[in-house]
Amino acid sequence: MKIPLAYNLRNLLVRRGTTVMTALGIALTVAVLVTTMALAEGLNQLFSSSGNPRHILVMRKGSTAELTSLVTRAMFQDIKFKNGIARSKGSEPMVSLEFVTVVNLPAVDNPEGNNVTLRGISPTGLEMREGMKLESGRWFQQGRTEIVVGKSVAQRYPGAKVGAKLRLGRSMWEVAGVVDAGTSSSNSEMFGDLNQVASDYDRGETASAILVRAQDEVALAALINDLGADRKLNVVAQAETDYFASQTSTGNVLRYLGLLVSVIMAVGSAFAAMNTMYAAVARRTKEIGTLRVLGFSRRSILSSFLLESLFLALLGGLMGVALVLPINGFTTGITSMTTFSEVAFSLRITPKVIATGMAFAALMGALGGLFPAGNAARKQILSALREG
Amino acid sequence: MLRFFPLVWKNTLRNPRRTVLTVSSLALSLCLLGLMMAIYYAFYVSETPPAQALRLLSRNRVSLTMSFPSFYMDRIRKTPGVKDAMPWQWFGGTYKDARDPKNFFPRFGVDPKKLFVIYPEIKLPEDQKATFLADRLGCIVGRPLAQTLGLHVGDRLTLMGDIYPMNLELTVRGIYDNELGAETMFFHWDYVREALPAARKDVLSTISILAESPETVARTTSAIDEQFRNATIQMRTETERAFGLAFLGMLGNVKLILLSICAAVTFTIMLVAGNTMAMSVRERVREIGILKTLGFRRGQILSLILGEAAVLSILGSCVGGLLASGLCTLIRGGPALNNQIKTLSLQAPVVAAIFAAGLGIALTSSLFPAWRASQVTILEGLRANE
Repeated sequence: MKIPLAYNLRNLLVRRGTTVMTALGIALTVAVLVTTMALAEGLNQLFSSSGNPRHILVMRKGSTAELTSLVTRAMFQDIKFKNGIARSKGSEPMVSLEFVTVVNLPAVDNPEGNNVTLRGISPTGLEMREGMKLESGRWFQQGRTEIVVGKSVAQRYPGAKVGAKLRLGRSMWEVAGVVDAGTSSSNSEMFGDLNQVASDYDRGETASAILVRAQDEVALAALINDLGADRKLNVVAQAETDYFASQTSTGNVLRYLGLLVSVIMAVGSAFAAMNTMYAAVARRTKEIGTLRVLGFSRRSILSSFLLESLFLALLGGLMGVALVLPINGFTTGITSMTTFSEVAFSLRITPKVIATGMAFAALMGALGGLFPAGNAARKQILSALREG
Repeated sequence: MLRFFPLVWKNTLRNPRRTVLTVSSLALSLCLLGLMMAIYYAFYVSETPPAQALRLLSRNRVSLTMSFPSFYMDRIRKTPGVKDAMPWQWFGGTYKDARDPKNFFPRFGVDPKKLFVIYPEIKLPEDQKATFLADRLGCIVGRPLAQTLGLHVGDRLTLMGDIYPMNLELTVRGIYDNELGAETMFFHWDYVREALPAARKDVLSTISILAESPETVARTTSAIDEQFRNATIQMRTETERAFGLAFLGMLGNVKLILLSICAAVTFTIMLVAGNTMAMSVRERVREIGILKTLGFRRGQILSLILGEAAVLSILGSCVGGLLASGLCTLIRGGPALNNQIKTLSLQAPVVAAIFAAGLGIALTSSLFPAWRASQVTILEGLRANE
């Protein structure tokens, strides 16, 4: 026979003060965990939605980032004639020579300035980024010192508004437009004409990396092999999606710090829950005796108190999730250790994050309730009734 | 008041299980609070060690990843207030298997003749110093780093270049000690420079500068940047410490993160302490009635309960402080994010802050239950059914 759940809920209600205090402790722990996970989730989403599954990024052998890579125009010409490359509308091979550098822009929250990626690309490079849509203004024109900026750049840097002029390299550049690249990291970049940007940085013959679009998945694997094995080119070729996946380690320090803090807080909260549950058991010793007299088994006493502790913890979990729900979608920036420039991402409280937070709360409740519930179940009827 | 201490102590121990649970819970919270305060203290409050206080780092104003012409170094050396300067070049590269994080350690190309002048705290036996200076392909490794990598004097190691298109084949010529952290490998920058193509030979990305006196550091810093104000490539010079903090800043807003964790933890401590005292008072209404019958006054009852909270918080602070100190040791052994992290420990002001915070929070949160207890009248107390 089971003890009705209403019994536990009423008991939690009667001890409102204690219930709320214990639940709040659990809530804070869950809040820290959920924030940490929302951050990790946001970064994962950013890097997993960046890059085209049919694109191959070609960099100098040994390079791990576009910024430190160096390729020549001669290499670009060689790569154009490889097999399996997709064709553009004008039936040109879809191969884009790109020049990447970082510039320092004063940000709203950091007047010293953050680093932002500036990418020089050709019309083919633009064509290969179909996902990028003009949000306001117009595209940059070939041969002019103009740029378009990603929407995160426009939001986070007051100097990067349409029509504004920025000093990049040796010249003043006009911000022609703002582009929307969905959730990809292109939102945190600025784009200009390849030749203009490269010459402004004294890099006439060399650029940073080459982006190649394969005809299909089979061609992608073959191209990666072909490019990597070409001794003359001496390059490393990888799927663009893999390049971004390798950047998810960005923010690992924050992730570990958040986990450390939430685990320590969780143990502390489990102790506090245990305290509360022991007090609940002690106060209700007589009740427990009565329940046993009425015929409830030790097992049902055990599960009843365990359930009560779980309720308490889940209540805390709900409060914790509710506490941090407003940060969902909050956009912040982090410096990628790969590109040495800032990428903007949004904190994401997904159902998975909420479920993990609640499971974490339940675990605290279970740990906190197990011993007190066992204590309650072990009570002898006679001594329980006599107590108090 | 102190004569009541035995009574307070007895009260604290009347429910040993609760005391242990409360103290453990408080200790864990205070340990976190202590750790966050220790990090905050190390970053923003503590004094810079004298050797470090004289050092500046200069780089391209735009970014750490951009270079500047190496003749800048000669101009910087001639700036008033500057004693000496040398290249401080990040080589990057991979050592053995890059997937093992222990293989990622800082490695800098320097001018070995100046290294021991600018970094006087680096202690290296004279014979090792001589062989290191003489061998262009030599390197020196900090003792703890040498231990984790299992390196000994005379060992050879290879670094595969990524930023630089070359591999370094180095021989360990010395194992040095440095009280400010010895997790770095130093080698001759000239070795890399000679192998580079002409276009990359004469550029640098960071230089380390020794200032003449601590008083003029600020003036020297701005004087260095000022002379490149109108040049194509401008410089940013900052103290070594500020540079380290800026590097950490890339991880996010460190100050905000530390303070938010402190706030969450502080609130947790309040809840735990307040809850315990409330529970303990509720069980004791009858006893308080008896105490009142014996002539105890309201103020005395109040201090008895607060005293109990104080004892709990002090016990919690002791355990929490020990735990935090252990965590500091663990963190010191972790990745070398910057100098402050490598020398992280619980300083006296932090220990004092842990006790003060524990005591302050516990007393504040038990004020209400304690006040409620003191308001219990004799009649209520004696009538209460336990």
